[in-house]
Amino acid sequence: MSMPTAIPQPVEREDYLNTKYGVWSWLLTTDHKRIALLYLLSITFFFFIGGFFALLIRLELLTPAGDLVQADTYNKLFTMHGMVMVFFFLIPSIPATLGNFLVPLMIGAKDLAFPRINLLSWYLYIIAGVMMLHCMLTGGVDTGWTFYAPFSTNFTNTKIVEAGLAIFVVGFSSILTGLNFVVTIHRMRAPGMTWSRLPLFIWAHYATSIIQLLGTPVVAVTIVLVAAERALHLGIFDPRLGGDPLLFQHLFWFYSHPAVYIMILPSMGVVTEIIACFSRKRIFGYSFVAFSSIAIAVFGFLVWAHHMFVAGMSVYAALVFSLLSYAVAIPSAIKVFNWTATLYKGSIRYDAPMLYAFGFLGLFTIGGLTGLFLAALGIDVHVTDTYFVVAHFHYIMVGGAVMGYLGGMHFWWPKISGKLYPEGWARLAALIVFIGFNLTFFPQFVLGYMGMPRRYYDYSHMPEFQILNVLSTAGATVLGVGYLLPMVYFLWSMRYGKPASDNPWNAAGLEWKTASPPPTFNFDEEPVVTWEAYNYEELDAPHSQEVPVAR
Amino acid sequence: MPDSSSATGLHTEEHNPALLHHFADPEQQRDAASLGMWVFLGTEIMFFGGLFCAYLVYRRWYFGDFAAASGTISMAYGATNTAVLICSSLTVVLAVWAAQTARRTLLITSLILTMLLGLVFLGIKGIEYREKFTEHHVPGASFRFDQAIPGHPGQYANPRHAQIFFSLYFVMTGLHALHMIIGLGIFLWLLTMAWKGRFTPEWHTPVEMGGLYWHFVDIVWIYLFPLLYLIDRHP
Repeated sequence: MSMPTAIPQPVEREDYLNTKYGVWSWLLTTDHKRIALLYLLSITFFFFIGGFFALLIRLELLTPAGDLVQADTYNKLFTMHGMVMVFFFLIPSIPATLGNFLVPLMIGAKDLAFPRINLLSWYLYIIAGVMMLHCMLTGGVDTGWTFYAPFSTNFTNTKIVEAGLAIFVVGFSSILTGLNFVVTIHRMRAPGMTWSRLPLFIWAHYATSIIQLLGTPVVAVTIVLVAAERALHLGIFDPRLGGDPLLFQHLFWFYSHPAVYIMILPSMGVVTEIIACFSRKRIFGYSFVAFSSIAIAVFGFLVWAHHMFVAGMSVYAALVFSLLSYAVAIPSAIKVFNWTATLYKGSIRYDAPMLYAFGFLGLFTIGGLTGLFLAALGIDVHVTDTYFVVAHFHYIMVGGAVMGYLGGMHFWWPKISGKLYPEGWARLAALIVFIGFNLTFFPQFVLGYMGMPRRYYDYSHMPEFQILNVLSTAGATVLGVGYLLPMVYFLWSMRYGKPASDNPWNAAGLEWKTASPPPTFNFDEEPVVTWEAYNYEELDAPHSQEVPVAR
Repeated sequence: MPDSSSATGLHTEEHNPALLHHFADPEQQRDAASLGMWVFLGTEIMFFGGLFCAYLVYRRWYFGDFAAASGTISMAYGATNTAVLICSSLTVVLAVWAAQTARRTLLITSLILTMLLGLVFLGIKGIEYREKFTEHHVPGASFRFDQAIPGHPGQYANPRHAQIFFSLYFVMTGLHALHMIIGLGIFLWLLTMAWKGRFTPEWHTPVEMGGLYWHFVDIVWIYLFPLLYLIDRHP
């Protein structure tokens, strides 16, 4: 404020953060990097709302008796936890923040193909978010995030239509992001940036976008049918009127199973970038990793009915879906093995992003393998609707997707903010997250296998389950601290962090060849790509003083 | 860094006001818009695809009831509407051609004709809805259905299953009509732009994109008409 004009100040370089000031310069921006930050703020807000619900769920389960909340409230807690986390955090998490920020930078474009549609997608997200908040504050929904008919269409008297509309709108926002990515990756690549030179982060986002584009419309029309059935008393899913509730489940899971890959694929992309950078090697089996992303997107659309093995579908159809579910493990395994092969004989550094990537590798593998247990018809009957399922998908969504998201936030934070975060704190946080996560969810595998059903608020007839539930609740507390820490030191670093150089990790990739933070149009001169992806053999390892170590 | 804002001769093309800053040239911009529109239409196919899937399941289960219910909706209205939409596709093509060849009057006339045909379609649809309402064929508490199954004299359709037909009929044609109304809004905007003379042979992407959207909505109807109106019909 009181800057003495007599002393010559170093000329401040213009970047996307300081080029304009004021609320409207943000709310009306079409710069993909600013929109990414708008998304970052919004999804963080919803992450903590969803986390708050999770904490209440864990507190209720601390004791066998249903003492903290009533049964109806508990139903609403896990429903709102699921809806907020899935639709307002996990699905937009990496694509709308890191993807939005990095896709144009990585391919050498000035912006996404449709910048105004990009801003529109954020506004749709906000409108949906306000609707969802209003729905939560005025009663909420108690069906579980799956909206199963006919409970959702005929019996519950909670706010199905409003929540459904919110999800419809946020789905449209997700479609627009996917559409922007597909067109941008096809049409906006810099000269020389061929498909085989694309970072695997881009391939992962391309596959994600395809799922968003093909899956989301189906769940949208399913929600329209549920809302119409409720409001106008149609009988499309109501068995009393000749309708078929299984049809609802088919339509719902046709989107909602691939939605899991919307969450995990971008995370896989992030981990690929991190592992290549911190083992200083070209990724092993580039084209296999690239096409395994596409294979996951394709296979992912053919396995949805493994959520319905006990719902009364044909045994023969179940056999086919079981087999196909095993098939989707192949591209996932290809990725894990290629990452491992990349690590082999690499010059590995244990910086915070790499710690998250290691966490991802282990936790995703456990989550994926337990998914195979569930794809096996016999075991699935035993563990359906138990905590085994809950533990399995949290290993994928939290242990996989969120680990990758945090790893990516650390890896690209110097590029996003132009500041270095405190490395020591970051490593500590990664450790806390890993310990907290396993303490929370590993006991749930055991609980589920022993037979504790999910969605029960009271387990006083089986008090022997308490010890594992206490462990889980304790772990959730640790995990909460682990999630708060990065938020604190990221905010701290924006003001007090050391300035980051253009390429603090000495990483390959176009995004590191421009300034940190980048100028509004990303590159001062249009880049021309003459090198292959991950050319780490041509790059020096980062000098230790340049690495963000603050210890 | 070279000063790219001044006309230094680096760019051989003159500055095009319709070229957005982040595209290298107009061709890239047009390609991007075109691909974006096709991808969007792909999502629309999936949107209607969910409904078609539900329709096919129930049609297979309750074929006789669906045929009886289908017999009560007016084939004449449906066929007229099909013809109206096919004509509107022609006027849309004319509009795109007029924009490409800088025929402003033809462009404006074609856009107006397209909108008029769209309104005729919606008007006829409204008449059909009104008929269904007076016949108590709108699903809900006052739904009544007592028609025989075609080809099975004396065998009456199950009203509940017929109600599913009408539920799907109203949802599918309703969503289609909603797309028509959105299309009319897009064409109103195109008309004002054409009126102001904004479209040139070099830049008329909105006309092409609006045209693609309109054709898509037509094609959906081309599938809806036989599926809903022509179940087990015999002359």
